[in-house]
Amino acid sequence: MTSIAPVKRRGLFRRKLLDRVVRALSVLALTVAVAAMVWILYTVIRRGVAVISWDFLTECSKPYGAMNSGIANALLGTLAITFGAALLGIPPAILGGIWLAEFGKGTKLGDTIRFSANVMMGMPSVVVGLFVYAVLVVPCGGFSGFAGSVALAILMFPVVMRTTEDMLLMVPDALRESALALGASRARASLQIICRSARSGLITGILLAVARVSGETAPLLFTALWSDSWPKNYFEGPTANLPVLITEYSTNSPFDEQHAAGWGAALVVTAMVLLLNIATRIIFKEKHHER
Amino acid sequence: MNAEADHSPVKISVRNLNFFYTKAVQSLFDNNLDIRANRITAVIGPSGCGKSTHLRVYNRIFELYRGQRADGQVLIDGRNILDPAVDVLELRRKVGMIFQKPTPFPMSVFDNVAYPMRLHFKLSRSEIADRVEAALKGASLWDEVKDKLKKSGLALSGGQQQRLCIARAIAAEPEILLMDEPTSAVDPVATLKIEDLVLELREKFTVVIVTHNMQQASRISDYTAFFYKGRIVEYDRTEKIFTNPSEKKTEEYITGRFG
Amino acid sequence: MSNTLSLSASRLDRLFRLLAGASAVLLPLVLVAFLIQLGWGAAPVWREFGPDFITGTGWDPVANEYGALPAIAGTIFTTALALLLAIPPAFVTALYLVDCPAGIGEVLSQALDLLAAIPSVIYGMWGLFILVPLMQDHVQPFLSETLGLGKIPCFGVDGNGFGLLTASLILALMILPYMSAVMRNVFKMTPGMLRESAYGIGCTRWETAKDIVMRYGIRGLLGGVFIGLGRALGETMAVLFVIGNVVEIPESLYGSTTTIAATLANNFAEADGIMRSVLFALGLILLLLALGVQVLAQYYLMMTGSKRGER
Repeated sequence: MTSIAPVKRRGLFRRKLLDRVVRALSVLALTVAVAAMVWILYTVIRRGVAVISWDFLTECSKPYGAMNSGIANALLGTLAITFGAALLGIPPAILGGIWLAEFGKGTKLGDTIRFSANVMMGMPSVVVGLFVYAVLVVPCGGFSGFAGSVALAILMFPVVMRTTEDMLLMVPDALRESALALGASRARASLQIICRSARSGLITGILLAVARVSGETAPLLFTALWSDSWPKNYFEGPTANLPVLITEYSTNSPFDEQHAAGWGAALVVTAMVLLLNIATRIIFKEKHHER
Repeated sequence: MNAEADHSPVKISVRNLNFFYTKAVQSLFDNNLDIRANRITAVIGPSGCGKSTHLRVYNRIFELYRGQRADGQVLIDGRNILDPAVDVLELRRKVGMIFQKPTPFPMSVFDNVAYPMRLHFKLSRSEIADRVEAALKGASLWDEVKDKLKKSGLALSGGQQQRLCIARAIAAEPEILLMDEPTSAVDPVATLKIEDLVLELREKFTVVIVTHNMQQASRISDYTAFFYKGRIVEYDRTEKIFTNPSEKKTEEYITGRFG
Repeated sequence: MSNTLSLSASRLDRLFRLLAGASAVLLPLVLVAFLIQLGWGAAPVWREFGPDFITGTGWDPVANEYGALPAIAGTIFTTALALLLAIPPAFVTALYLVDCPAGIGEVLSQALDLLAAIPSVIYGMWGLFILVPLMQDHVQPFLSETLGLGKIPCFGVDGNGFGLLTASLILALMILPYMSAVMRNVFKMTPGMLRESAYGIGCTRWETAKDIVMRYGIRGLLGGVFIGLGRALGETMAVLFVIGNVVEIPESLYGSTTTIAATLANNFAEADGIMRSVLFALGLILLLLALGVQVLAQYYLMMTGSKRGER
């Protein structure tokens, strides 16, 4: 070898020590993150369980100062707004995703749309609220559950579209070609491929997107706002919903009862979002193993 | 074993080596092998016979994977390297490895070769530059890359990349070079260049090369070990293995009747 | 198949294609509509205050005086601090999770994914009722007095629990699981043989990670950082609850301040006339900041991608 003079070695001890230290820090960071999660969940569950009762879940909320209020109207409102958002946002998003994967590959327009979608996924949700407020709430003369749905639908749009595209691109070309070779039309082939091969991934993507927006608060402040009554008209009037109820009760209320009710609502929202999340993951995982 | 005439000392001595992928799956059975210093030893056999696995014990790289376990002894210069007290970083410096595909690090040609030096040695900048040149010359690559030292290692051709990896391995000043099918991903011309290089490397290093290419084994190696189903069927001088094997299985393999 | 049938099928096909194309085109149109609408809504602000609006620090609705600088500064400070707090742990946790016993890795990865799924309003509420008192009573006195960090200029001496540091902590906790998940995928996608070559020349785990894997996956890692950056920049609820909501540039880590998103959420109910335009202008600034970050990220990925011959 070329070693003319004996070479000074770098100490193995220091290198190994550094490795150990980083390892220890990783474990520490992980512990802190998981502990924070456990702490948050523990707080929400402990304080939430204390107020949850049948009445709490079935009665309408009451104005500030009136005690023993429920959250049923907000729960109903949240379900309506989220469902509406899914109905509004998912079909065009899936269609757009199909177009990107099947027709827009390699075209300039396709690249532009994909770029816009990626950019739009980083759009702050509060800005979406502001936008829908300006184009829908003001011209229609007031807040509404529908406006809330539109805002959430806009948030879901790019996410579901890109998920659809990614899932379709994972389908082998051979499958696509064999469908076309059998004389299936392009539309039929895409829809069938979606129904068969890309289904579980697509459903996962969509459900995770729905779970994500169902806990969104900021856009609803500008669109659905908040109300103490039962949601009567989806298209007219402020509509009660859980996230804004939590915000109102924890920041704008001096009453301990309402703070407590806020925790109850927080538990309901968290349980909803996390259960949807976990269920989706479990179902997808089984599908994944089948193949 | 017909190796009386060879006075070169034994560098690696494998004793009763058994290897387990998991608790239930054993892939090497009772391997025994004496590898001589400054010789090229080829390891041949059909795919899945354990030849790569065997090689991966010598630098304990298998330890990266949980559950894999080696039993027995691998003595390098008389020291059992499977002993947990042996420092694995120092072992891997001493026992370099070249893989099936070129694996240049995502950095410049120069840094690829300088990296192991900076890792293991305390050297000044000019010393590093000198040694990089020496290592690249040692890998017969200097003339081809001396003008593109600052370029990414990934910008070289496949054969050049593989020789860069050899230069990188040399840079750590090893004593043994393990080569796991080093020419399986490069074209025939590059293969010949690498084979010539391996022949030169014999002067300074003990080379163990896994190959599925029997011409390659016969062209460059001094000794050949034939593996079959995790066992060493035959180990002898290369001419003997290829002209007059003692075992029927070996003969069947080298005449292409299976594998 | 009869002739008429196939004709109608092909017509259906064309209709489907048209519908899908229209849906896809809808997305960039919405994006453009955002810019136009917010720009239009903010127009009175430019007429009234001109570019001084961006550099102004006053905020007095009674005197009709508005400046965007405190909110912009607050946004940038909280985001930067949150990234600073979250990037190192995200990196090392990802590193650990790809490299630890499979069972533990699986469970902990799932736990981090759940952490990412908790709605931000819950983070905000937890921050307000749990973290703020904790910061006020224990953490801030400990940092400033016990550790003596209070002597460092701009660190802060006595805080009320609200403010820049608390908001950044919550943000960091929120973006950590996102970044960690992206980084985990990057580490998983590093070719096994490359990692083995690093170990093969005698690298430790950490040396392999920082010198080889990190260089190899730098694009993906930066992608993860950009995702965290985007989320921190536009996050409203988690910040709103704990930032203090005072329109001023914070003088220390404990200082109360505001962010653009928090200002929007906080003032929207009462806003009227020029103030509403001011909020649109702030919204526009936030949108441009967020889009700027995303465009930069996409551009970077495209450039380095073509350089590597991936496209």
